[in-house]
Amino acid sequence: MSDTPPLSLYVPEPEFRPGDKPDFSNVPIPQAGAAMMPPVDVDAGEIRDLAYTIIRVMNREGEAVGPWADMLDDDQLKEGLEDMLRVRAFDVRMTMAQRQGKTSFYMQCLGEEAIACAFSKVLKPGDMNFPTYRQQGLLLSTDYPMVDMINQIYSNAADPLMGRQLPIMYSSKEHGFFTISGNLATQFMQGVGWAMASAIKGDTKIATSWIGEGSTAENDFHAGLVFASTYRAPVVLNIVNNQWAISTFQGIARGGAATFASRGLGFGIPSLRVDGNDYLAVYAVAKWAAERARRGLGPTLIEHVTYRIGAHSTSDDPSAYRAKEESTSWPLGDPVERLKEHLIKRGVWSDAQHHQMKEMLEAQVAEAQKQAEKNGTLHDGPHSSAATMFDDVYKEMPLHLRRQRQEAGF
Amino acid sequence: MSRMTMIQAIRNAMDTAMGRDDNVVVFGEDVGFFGGVFRCTQGLQEKYGRHRCFDTPISETGIVGAAVGMAAYGIRPCVEIQFADYVYPGYDQIVSEAARIRYRSNNDFTVPMVVRMPTGGGIFGGQTHSQSPEAVFAHVSGIKTVIPSNPYDAKGLLLASIEDDDPVMFLEPKRLYNGPFDGHHDRPVTPWSKHELGEVPDDHYTVPLGKAAIRREGADVTVLVYGTMVHVAETAAQETGVDAEIIDLRTLLPLDMEAIEESIKKTGRCVIVHEATRTCGYGAELAAIVAENCFYHLEAPVIRVTGYDLPYPHAHEWYYFPGPKRVGDALKKVMEAA
Repeated sequence: MSDTPPLSLYVPEPEFRPGDKPDFSNVPIPQAGAAMMPPVDVDAGEIRDLAYTIIRVMNREGEAVGPWADMLDDDQLKEGLEDMLRVRAFDVRMTMAQRQGKTSFYMQCLGEEAIACAFSKVLKPGDMNFPTYRQQGLLLSTDYPMVDMINQIYSNAADPLMGRQLPIMYSSKEHGFFTISGNLATQFMQGVGWAMASAIKGDTKIATSWIGEGSTAENDFHAGLVFASTYRAPVVLNIVNNQWAISTFQGIARGGAATFASRGLGFGIPSLRVDGNDYLAVYAVAKWAAERARRGLGPTLIEHVTYRIGAHSTSDDPSAYRAKEESTSWPLGDPVERLKEHLIKRGVWSDAQHHQMKEMLEAQVAEAQKQAEKNGTLHDGPHSSAATMFDDVYKEMPLHLRRQRQEAGF
Repeated sequence: MSRMTMIQAIRNAMDTAMGRDDNVVVFGEDVGFFGGVFRCTQGLQEKYGRHRCFDTPISETGIVGAAVGMAAYGIRPCVEIQFADYVYPGYDQIVSEAARIRYRSNNDFTVPMVVRMPTGGGIFGGQTHSQSPEAVFAHVSGIKTVIPSNPYDAKGLLLASIEDDDPVMFLEPKRLYNGPFDGHHDRPVTPWSKHELGEVPDDHYTVPLGKAAIRREGADVTVLVYGTMVHVAETAAQETGVDAEIIDLRTLLPLDMEAIEESIKKTGRCVIVHEATRTCGYGAELAAIVAENCFYHLEAPVIRVTGYDLPYPHAHEWYYFPGPKRVGDALKKVMEAA
């Protein structure tokens, strides 16, 4: 006989499910400007607090405050707003295009626009992102042609990836965007390897790895942290915590840890948690981390706290598993609205200008879509020739594949 | 008896198993509250509680490894990998662990677990939602590999798999979840309610592992096939008028070698069909078995119809998929041979 009571399995559950009224008043939201900004050569152990707080720059009045503020001028901020609005307009159009049967699949990043858009501004030509499927902002905030993105989404005759990849799984070495995999987390470790190569070669390039909070459970995340830590790889490791991994709330991946950022501390990696809906805060933290990587000080882990407002993908319906009003109750607000308010507060922006910019971008996206449709759509074609599906499996096509291509009639 | 889709039949099998045996537990990514992205576990958490049906972190290593540990303890996990394409991080736990624990411990520990996973293409899933990795399991000694082709078999085979004392990889052709697929993607989808094998007993029953089923009796050529391609082969036989004997293997390992040999001794010809890539695919094993055991009964070379040896493409899915035309051509070709 045992002298202890029977055990039971603990399975965490989110606070709210469909039908519940979400109330996030118990989620601690630190004051904007309260977090310190350490020197970039700081030891991880000295800034443990930054892994548990949320670094915020814009306060509820729309003012930028504290040590992480004042890094961007008016024009840069307007550009940031434009980038985010472009991403939003693009997502709306492409989600609709999927509904209209022009493609098989789409993933929007509604509510998360600030993260990729702000981060991309600290990168230089030659740096490489290892993104997940929800960082379209990394491309849409650079000069990567929107038409090419839509061509890829449509798998049409002008698709730079020849119709091989699932929509949104872009690839552009020239634009620092590593080819996206549908298998989660694999890129996180690869970014570390790429950064190690830059160090091996004595180059000055840095890498960024991206991962969702749910995928931090995969092996690659943990392998990435230990390699980055051991070899002080020039890499910025980003966790985008948007609260939901399809239907699974973040507590399933986080377990007993207070935050995802704190995972880095055990590896001795400086780890920061930032308000992912605050364009200024994301930019400031990204700049700080990129600076560390460039100076050879090693990796930084950043947890971007945000909320996935939309469905996981066009194949998903969140009303089956989460409370309807969760996204509107989420305490960090809308990144676009917040930056807009800040610009108005600075006296350099107005509702009228905002409206005009939104319309201009919607027209820009519509025009790009029109151009792309001249090259075809997934279901109506045209596509690249079917014979090309045999190309590039290897550099040179082996005999067995040549025979298979012949058999296929090409 | 009820009319069920393959999803409902699979869910019903787990429900039946969980109702009969408290040791059966179900877990995986999104399988708890939501009931899985294909809804195969819908309602199980509500009915049996969170400790018997729950969401896991996104870690296939974790899902399979946890199942190994639980099975070694003595309970019966039936876990879900969201897509077969995602199983590889769990592959070490399958190959080096689950498959060998009985042998290396001389029966001291055993691993009665089932790993379910949606497999195959035909849904525009691209290279990471379309693969058919059955051969990488069938190659491994110590695990069983099962692929049903209809709701009746799905329930019976899944119950047999859960009750089996060895680890079973249970591959569910996702293109068949909602209806038999004749291979003509441009035609309206037929629902399972219109198919006789969509008729599923409500009570417990099993379809034994290692027993093939003859889907169509024929005199001229034996077609060895499983999963989605069973229906495509039926279409091809109908469209070409070739009197094919279509054998649905149902279990790749253990394999019903007797059914294969018996049929080929009768027909003297053999076509092997699978959606997976060709090189070292399961068809290679089948062709070798036929050559070794039925050589003197063969009147023509064995033909394989398979996916091409390349990653599953997106836009060119229907050029890649071995549809009724390609299977039909093989049937005609094998009949023309001397």
